[in-house]
Amino acid sequence: MNWGLTSVSVVRGGGTILEEATLKVSAGEIVAVVGGDGSGKSTLLGVLVGRLGPSAGVARTPARSRIGFLPASSGVYPDLTVLENLRFAAAAYGMPPALAADRIWALLDRTGLTPAAHRLGGRLSGGMRQKLGVARALVHEPDLLILDEPTTGVDPVSRSDVWWLITRETARGCAVVFSTTYLDEAERAGHVVVLQAGRVLTQGPPDGIVAAIPGEVRLFPTRPVGPFVWRRGRSWRVWREDGTGDGTVVRPDLQDAVVLAALRRAAGESLDRTETPR
Amino acid sequence: MWAMIVKEFRQMRRDRRTLAMMIVMPVLLLIVFGYAASFDVTSIPVRVVGVHAAEVAGRLPAPFEVTAIASAEDRSDATRALRDGVVPVVVVADADAVTVLLDGSELFTANAARAALARAGAPQVEVLFNPDLRTSAVMVPGLAGMILLFVGTVITSLGVVRERQTGTLEQLAVMPLRPRDVFLGKIAPYFLVAALDLTVVVAAGTLLFGVPFHGSLLVLALGAVLFLFVTLGTGVLISSVSQNQGQAIQLAMMTLLPQVLLSGLIFPLRSMPLGVRWIGYLLPLTYFTQISRGVMLRGAPLTTLWQPFLYLTLLGVAVVTFAMLRFRAFLAPQGARRARRRGVLALAAGSKP
Repeated sequence: MNWGLTSVSVVRGGGTILEEATLKVSAGEIVAVVGGDGSGKSTLLGVLVGRLGPSAGVARTPARSRIGFLPASSGVYPDLTVLENLRFAAAAYGMPPALAADRIWALLDRTGLTPAAHRLGGRLSGGMRQKLGVARALVHEPDLLILDEPTTGVDPVSRSDVWWLITRETARGCAVVFSTTYLDEAERAGHVVVLQAGRVLTQGPPDGIVAAIPGEVRLFPTRPVGPFVWRRGRSWRVWREDGTGDGTVVRPDLQDAVVLAALRRAAGESLDRTETPR
Repeated sequence: MWAMIVKEFRQMRRDRRTLAMMIVMPVLLLIVFGYAASFDVTSIPVRVVGVHAAEVAGRLPAPFEVTAIASAEDRSDATRALRDGVVPVVVVADADAVTVLLDGSELFTANAARAALARAGAPQVEVLFNPDLRTSAVMVPGLAGMILLFVGTVITSLGVVRERQTGTLEQLAVMPLRPRDVFLGKIAPYFLVAALDLTVVVAAGTLLFGVPFHGSLLVLALGAVLFLFVTLGTGVLISSVSQNQGQAIQLAMMTLLPQVLLSGLIFPLRSMPLGVRWIGYLLPLTYFTQISRGVMLRGAPLTTLWQPFLYLTLLGVAVVTFAMLRFRAFLAPQGARRARRRGVLALAAGSKP
């Protein structure tokens, strides 16, 4: 089953928050929505989850009962225990108690939260709370899992645990759409949608986005002169469309591709050649 | 220090509700205490019954105002008129004696009437329903309403706004729960706690303070249920327009204070100017106080309390409907509902929304 958005725009208070966004996700696939603060990631997820109505375009989603959602705030009740949080979610999704109990204990086991089962949500560490949030979104075995920045502020070990949970669900056939500001994390997805100021900057498989960069990316130890220059760590990179000039030619990665796409959009260049709509 | 003062002023300017409260509250208190806060009863409606009713009615001094003369009625009719809350004072002018009956559940009116009658050298005076004119007897039934108001409005508004602050209301919004389920599920525990509070207050009032309970428990319970719906609805309404618990408390206090002062719980409605009294008539505590005092002290049946019951029902329907709509708007924003109606959000074939 395919879910997603087709040319969805969201206009609020006279301003366009999301413009002509298209996104498709199939069963067992992971789609990353990448963008900076205010780029429209949460709005896009809000339309997908049914919280926001699109001003134009079509959102194709499963029934509410088949969607799992993790809000940016984790959505964990601080004054309920881990177990009570999961039990409430299971009951809200109408799961039979016996089935819910099996599923809850399996998820607690997978997330490593079994020893904290009777601890209050408010007394969990950030990573544990986020894992509980993901477990709660998964308790009813949804067809579409939507995660708003699931690993922001989470330690590396917990991030790894969250990813293990997510990939396990995709093996079951669950479609996953998540937003992130981490490009290394986006590379785990089969398809990446890059948003900037409410518009899709570029999208496609991570390798495809990188491969679609025309010309060459060159590395400089000091800031070179010219347009399309950005910093990576201690060095500088520059993009030359004609493939000429000084510097060492480097193989660009997703981060280079996204930064370059943003620079080219800012320069008013057409991005038709790098976009790979699906 | 100057930087601190400037920062505080900037924050204060942007917190419009606190600013409004700081300006509105003193004005409100001034109006309430200036016009409404009065224990002086300047006019007492009185019904005169018995064979010499017309003759006695003409001799009644101020502040008594004769509202009806019924020569054919007797003492039992007079008692019924008091019980039903028709008037607070009835003069029974029989062939052999003149007796003035006072409704003790209207404490300040009864006190004023007794003092006026004593000055006029009146004949026999009998106080019914609260013979010793004890303050606790009239305060406990009113206090029950105040407690229901506190739990229903203040605590409920905090409970709902807490969900908004922790981000869990957003989670509820995407769950397959109807707004009605969330609304009722949210208020049900507060409803039960408030009902328990009411039971404790009424039991303590009768057992510890000797407050009489002459009427039907069922009628009081029915009045309490209606009143609770209004207060719980107000609580949800407040939470739906508040961004945090501080704002919710401010708004709840702004609804609580006028009810305590203008409902007749402390200051008699009769001694308020008409304009201020009308504000009291829009407040649910006014009607619950009438019901609780009527049932507990006077043993008034449902048939004679139909007016406060009717007004409470109307207020309940209005407040709960408005609260439900606000709640629904938050859980399923209009844009999303409209989009679903016109099919912009296409659902998978065979799936239920």
